Amino acid sequence: MLNSQNFFSRLKQEGFNFYTGVPCSLLAGLFSILEKQDEFPYLASVREDAAVGLCSGAYMGGKLPVLLMQNSGFGYSLNAFTSLNLIYKIPMLVVMSWRGCGGKDAPEHIIMGDINEKLLETSGMEYSILTQDNLDEVLARARQTIVKDELPFTILVKKGFFDER
Amino acid sequence: MKGSEAVAAVMAELDDEPVVNANGFIGREAFTARDREANFYMIGSMGLASSMGLGVALAQPGKKIVVLDGDGNVLMAMGTLAMIAAAAPKNLVHVTIDNGVYESTGNQKTLSSQIELEKVAKSSGYKNSLVVTELDELKKAFRTALDSDGPSFILVKVEPNFDHNTGRVTHTPEEIKRRFMTAASR
Repeated sequence: MLNSQNFFSRLKQEGFNFYTGVPCSLLAGLFSILEKQDEFPYLASVREDAAVGLCSGAYMGGKLPVLLMQNSGFGYSLNAFTSLNLIYKIPMLVVMSWRGCGGKDAPEHIIMGDINEKLLETSGMEYSILTQDNLDEVLARARQTIVKDELPFTILVKKGFFDER
Repeated sequence: MKGSEAVAAVMAELDDEPVVNANGFIGREAFTARDREANFYMIGSMGLASSMGLGVALAQPGKKIVVLDGDGNVLMAMGTLAMIAAAAPKNLVHVTIDNGVYESTGNQKTLSSQIELEKVAKSSGYKNSLVVTELDELKKAFRTALDSDGPSFILVKVEPNFDHNTGRVTHTPEEIKRRFMTAASR
């Protein structure tokens, strides 16, 4: 059974060694684990675009970065991805919670929930939707995109995976 | 002191320190004054030179990292000052060229005449923060910052004098990245 602890362990096995983000309740368990460990100190970002900048700098300094965010932050960070990461080829792993998925959520999440995948596709951002049994496949795709193509890769996470409290 | 003189003075003081240059006139003046492999030029992504510099500084703690920023950029990303102060990288020098305007888009005013950015940096928690108005002062303050523990913030008050014929960065974004990564890991 996939949970925050074994997901974080897998990310470490894959070599990810720099973690930042802006919280989401759907990722509360993952944030909690990141905050409790000091192997790779978690850095709180104030906005998702600043987190993209931070991860980009960390990558250029030799780290393999992970950015955790709610999909609302995708709007804030879209210009950073299009005018920085996609053209300079600066990769990172984005773990993005999918609020508003299926149209059942608070009103502020409905539109982004609906356009989330389309927006990723339109902007040329590679992504996979996480399920209970596709983590190996998703991480293999992530590795290919990040290490070989040097582009950001997004894992879209629905409610119920990493929201342990 | 004119903006281009300030950028050139900072560039002239450098040895092999990686520098993240903000977009707009800053990067173009830095490119013109002294193009070097350890210069990263933002061509877009306004506001992100500071967070990017923080990332490089945390990943390369053994090197002094310089962010060459502008007042418009700092105002856009004031929250990043808090991130830098919280992470407190000793090896980060944040130089902000404050010309009071968005110069590359036609000299529209920024809010920097009403906000004391050096005080914002200081109260956010930067170890050192000061404002300079003369070229000699800038050279001295920058040298001191390179030789001391940071994070340090230097606000450089300048007159806008950007010449729109100043060349744009001729390297492709991918070249800028590769050169910078090689230089930053040396």
